[in-house]
Amino acid sequence: MIALIDYGAGNLTSVRKGFAAAGADLFTPGDPSELGRARGIVVPGVGNFAATAALEGAWTDAIRQTIERGVPLLGICLGLQWLFEGSDEAPDVKGFAAIAGRCSRLPQAGGLKVPHVGWNSLHVPRASRLIQGVDENTQVYFTHSYAAPVTCEAAATCEHGTVFTAAVETDRVFGVQFHPEKSSDAGIRILRNFVAETRT
Amino acid sequence: MLSKRLIACLDVRNGCVVKGVNFEGLRMAGDPAELAKRYNREGIDEVVVLDVTATIEGRRAFEDTIRAVSGELFIPLTVGGGIRSEPDAAAAIDAGADKVGVNSAALSDPTLLTRLAGRYGSQAVVVAIDAKRVGDRFQVFSRSGSTPTTRDAVEWAIEAESRGAGEVLLTSIDRDGTRAGFDCALTAAVSSAVSIPVIASGGAGTFDHFAAVFKEGLADAALAASVFHYSEHAVSELKRHLLEQGVPVRC
Repeated sequence: MIALIDYGAGNLTSVRKGFAAAGADLFTPGDPSELGRARGIVVPGVGNFAATAALEGAWTDAIRQTIERGVPLLGICLGLQWLFEGSDEAPDVKGFAAIAGRCSRLPQAGGLKVPHVGWNSLHVPRASRLIQGVDENTQVYFTHSYAAPVTCEAAATCEHGTVFTAAVETDRVFGVQFHPEKSSDAGIRILRNFVAETRT
Repeated sequence: MLSKRLIACLDVRNGCVVKGVNFEGLRMAGDPAELAKRYNREGIDEVVVLDVTATIEGRRAFEDTIRAVSGELFIPLTVGGGIRSEPDAAAAIDAGADKVGVNSAALSDPTLLTRLAGRYGSQAVVVAIDAKRVGDRFQVFSRSGSTPTTRDAVEWAIEAESRGAGEVLLTSIDRDGTRAGFDCALTAAVSSAVSIPVIASGGAGTFDHFAAVFKEGLADAALAASVFHYSEHAVSELKRHLLEQGVPVRC
């Protein structure tokens, strides 16, 4: 079973449906101690980075301990930003800091709109377990105003005014800035790739 | 590069698509879930389902419709029509909507936008604006275009953004149903005044109308209903046409 962390940042119906299509059951732990039975962890989230303050303390500790057992973690949208050290959107809130760097607002340059809403293409710079089977330039659905910097953990990047991290991957930590559950076939493929990681 | 989005609108009454369905001999005609699946297959970028039902019984049937449509759709789904309160929005979102469209209720109480954005995030809140040309400005109408308000479309869009709306669904009352083309002047006026995306609606008749509203109208997305019903390949043919015209689309 994969644990879907519901910390009050948005509606999780679509995420549940997406994982169902990828062949996985999710459970929503009511308490961090329930992560003991998780084979995978998903941190979703939309809206302001401040919402991730609900993860500080017990949840963060339990998630860290679970990853140390070898359980993979996937952050989606705000959940990806939370994998970094923090965000200019809520400077006092600490991120999970699995990846170095801070999130910042997308530049509103050259007539481009922020928020970045819609389908945009992925650049895939290296082999990745998460993005496996998804071709260069595949379009996926984004909706966000803040974005993570490109680091060596980037498994995919995207461009909107600046180049930003669209997906990250380390040994056990994964994240996507876009919404795989809203990105048609490519998105479901990515969820399936993550589900496969929970079964190794 | 961010693609321009094509959005199919399904007008639903008592569980059936009621407007612009023209497929002769197709059993699926009128079934919103089947239609949404077909559009998804053809490459539509997003689906909007509008409830044109007036009764309470119909509202419940509509939630079943949202559930059926969203069950098979892994692209964004917006639900509008009759969303007057937080419980209405909650019902639509719990049934599987990713975004809710709010129109008259936001005009009577703009704080509804803020409350919905606080609960679901701005990305889930679409302010629907119906506007009509009056002299050299665009006047906002409420209640499905029947009731004039004192608001100006550009000013209302700016206020809605500041109150938490994440997108504008902008319908030209003058062009709606005419197939004479989108109102590019209206769309450009609103789009250049806000930083959130603007979805142009009303008047789609030909493929060139879409190219025009993206280029001259500065639209981020365009919505239509009947245009996509013409042929099995309308979406893919339209996207090819737009690419030839230099408009970036997802394919």
